[in-house]
Amino acid sequence: MGKPIELEVNGKRYPVHYPPDTPLLYVLRDELGLTGSKYGCGEGQCGACTVLIGGAPRRSCQIPVSAAAAKPVTTIEGLEKDGRLHPVQQAFLDAGAFQCAFCTSGMIMSSVGLLQSNPNPIQADIVQFLQGNICRCGTHPRVIEAIHHAAKTMQEHGR
Amino acid sequence: MSSRRENLVVEPERYEFAAAPMHQFELARRDFFKLLGAGIAVFAIAKDALAAQETAPSSKSFHNEDLPKDISAWLHVGEDGTVTGFTGKAEIGQNIRTALAQTVADELRVPFESVRMVTADTALTPFDAGTFGSRTTPTITPQLRSVANAARELLVAAAAKEWNIAPEGLVAADAKVTDPASGRSLRYAELARGKTLAQNLPAEDPITPATQWTIAGKPIPKVDARTFVTGRHQYTPDLRPEGLLYGKILRPPSFGATLVSYDDSAAKAMPGVVVVRDGEFVGATAPSAHEAQSALDAIRAQWKEVPQISDKEIFSYLKKNAAPNTGDRFRKQKGSVEEALVSATHRVDATYTVAYIAHAPLEPRAAVAQWADGKLTVWTGTQRPFANRDELADIFHLPESSVRVIVPDTGSAYGGKHTSDAAIEAARLARAAGHPVKVVWTREEEFTWAYFRPAGVIEVRSGIASDGTLTAWDFHNYHSGMSAIETPYVVANLRTEYHQVPLVLRSGSYRGLAATANHFARETHMDVLAHTAQMDPLEFRTKNLSDPRMRAVLEAATKSFGWPRKKTQEGQGFGLACGYEKGSYVATCAEVAVDKTSGAVRVVLLTEAFECGAIVNPDGLRNQVVGAMIQGLGGALFEAIEFENGRIKNPHFATYRVPRFRDVPEIEATLLDRKDIPSAGAGETPIMAVAPAIGNAIFDATKIRLNSLPLAPNGVRSS
Repeated sequence: MGKPIELEVNGKRYPVHYPPDTPLLYVLRDELGLTGSKYGCGEGQCGACTVLIGGAPRRSCQIPVSAAAAKPVTTIEGLEKDGRLHPVQQAFLDAGAFQCAFCTSGMIMSSVGLLQSNPNPIQADIVQFLQGNICRCGTHPRVIEAIHHAAKTMQEHGR
Repeated sequence: MSSRRENLVVEPERYEFAAAPMHQFELARRDFFKLLGAGIAVFAIAKDALAAQETAPSSKSFHNEDLPKDISAWLHVGEDGTVTGFTGKAEIGQNIRTALAQTVADELRVPFESVRMVTADTALTPFDAGTFGSRTTPTITPQLRSVANAARELLVAAAAKEWNIAPEGLVAADAKVTDPASGRSLRYAELARGKTLAQNLPAEDPITPATQWTIAGKPIPKVDARTFVTGRHQYTPDLRPEGLLYGKILRPPSFGATLVSYDDSAAKAMPGVVVVRDGEFVGATAPSAHEAQSALDAIRAQWKEVPQISDKEIFSYLKKNAAPNTGDRFRKQKGSVEEALVSATHRVDATYTVAYIAHAPLEPRAAVAQWADGKLTVWTGTQRPFANRDELADIFHLPESSVRVIVPDTGSAYGGKHTSDAAIEAARLARAAGHPVKVVWTREEEFTWAYFRPAGVIEVRSGIASDGTLTAWDFHNYHSGMSAIETPYVVANLRTEYHQVPLVLRSGSYRGLAATANHFARETHMDVLAHTAQMDPLEFRTKNLSDPRMRAVLEAATKSFGWPRKKTQEGQGFGLACGYEKGSYVATCAEVAVDKTSGAVRVVLLTEAFECGAIVNPDGLRNQVVGAMIQGLGGALFEAIEFENGRIKNPHFATYRVPRFRDVPEIEATLLDRKDIPSAGAGETPIMAVAPAIGNAIFDATKIRLNSLPLAPNGVRSS
């Protein structure tokens, strides 16, 4: 076995012992214990496993860990800073934008990704961007509401 | 215990309750009461259980003995003032953890934040048949209110004793008892200190009327919400006990296939791998999921398959294989349908079908099992923890006291998580491996080896008089079930009948059960009749309705929709539907846009009015109602399980279409709060009228009548 892959997750470096072709999701959940990213389908179809790789939202179930090693990875656990929720997390909380909440981590990560590339999305932008995130409880309208609120907060606070 | 089960009236479409476990093991043959610490505890005993124990006084005290077997809810006030409510119900996204805590806080007169609910743990909570049938709010809420009320009286009595005065006139509020005469007060925490007071009482009706609620009835945010937005909440698949191994199960290529040859030597040679074969069950464990999968891939197995019914022939099969005699349990009649059909001015007959659909909860079936000293503990996302416990005890030949099932708040279920499949699999593997084992079903396994909402055929014959009065109603449901099979409309001559058919695919409960199928058929048919009578669909319904609660939801939904509306563009259509089930009322209006060229259907607007008595938490309720509308839209328009010869052909989210952001229309939900009516559950009924409202709107847009669910998986085609 060669030198273990090193992964940077939420600003911390971790040696990875799982095989390099293992999807990032399983490394995060099973090896690193970061279980906030969820397995919903393992097929890149539901978005529950969404993380940011180099700032861009990616389905971690579809990315081999070796391919994620080059760039910093942010998971839902990495959004909160010094006990303060990220504006998107706060907006989801304020809007009650979840029921069973199994999709919530992925929804929040996708939304953070959206607002990074498009700080003031109209409803059609949100719908388009979140098309790959499934919510089976039907909380979609509140997710859209939360993203609008988060966009407003982030603009007001210049983040 | 058996009496508990007999008391549970189970609708026939809960097929999964009668199903044998998926696995049978050959096993060699081979033990609760957690002290809560000092304080005050009150237990609610089911009424019929008390009646059965003639010697039981209505309010007996006991100390540190086993809990009475028929306790339905209990509550503890600790020395630090913490209030803990216990219920066997599970939190599966429907927000009962919050709603029940509100009820306890409201009745006990304590701040919401001081209440915590312990749910769905067979070692800690009272027996419960399961979290289904919209039963939590109507059954558990009043019981928790009763125990909270009794606890409050105990606290007042304790304060009176402390002050050596009569309890009359003392006031319980803000977590303390106050004597208005002297102004002195004692906090609940002080009153509970050093005491071990326990009391039980029969479960009774709510004490504080809804008009006087202060904490219940308010839009309090979901308990523990912060743990969900930070990813800290641990669902079953997130648990990682010390020494955990990962388990995978070898699935047959088709339903009912049996093993004919088997070689696991290569798999067994892999480091850290344990392979288990027990009957038709084959599974492997390893220190990681990918190693477990490699082991599974290395097993050589040949299966003998059996020919089976496919989706193409399912409806004719269901019709041909119906049981000839349905019996009185499944039939209701009044007047003479046959005569009324003959004498009707207009006669309309039609057949409706509904496809099998999947729950597809985003958290797949999962379990973590751990054995220690011959006892088994299983964490699993199930709606029936006690049934899971009994089944595990049965299958592993253990006394019930040796099995504990704990349900972490779960990533949804919608009626789909009643069985204990993953729990059994994890437990079997964990026993062999000598380590805790986690089994998480893949999405493909979830779409294949779970159970489905049953398909069905519904035949309706009907007649109306010249003025639009419904005079004859003959309604037959084959296989899908009898929930909401009764018509809410006034009709002098009727027959409704449910016809059982042997299972084709593994089938069971689904949000609303067959109410969606029966509402689809009935409300579509009522639309046809309205057009036949040349009446507005709303006017036709109100003419044939007498129930004021139904009229109220129809009025609210159509008002918010602006019914009747004038069409402003091509392809536009409007439809409505209404219904009643499980103590609550719903009416839904739909606007659709049908593309003339492609036939694509887009739902533009859904308005729904819902009434379930007194509302416990309007915010949680709105979430449930809107959620049910969106989920219902999937089953209405495009969801269908495709199957052929024992195989599911679309076991992925890429091929089994569920509602996504683009499918979600503008939604308006109107919640009618009836403080004069006891609260009913709300998890199911809001889904029922969505499909017929959309179907009726498609007819309004295209003049094409669609009699099958899903309505338009590939758009609407004019023939």
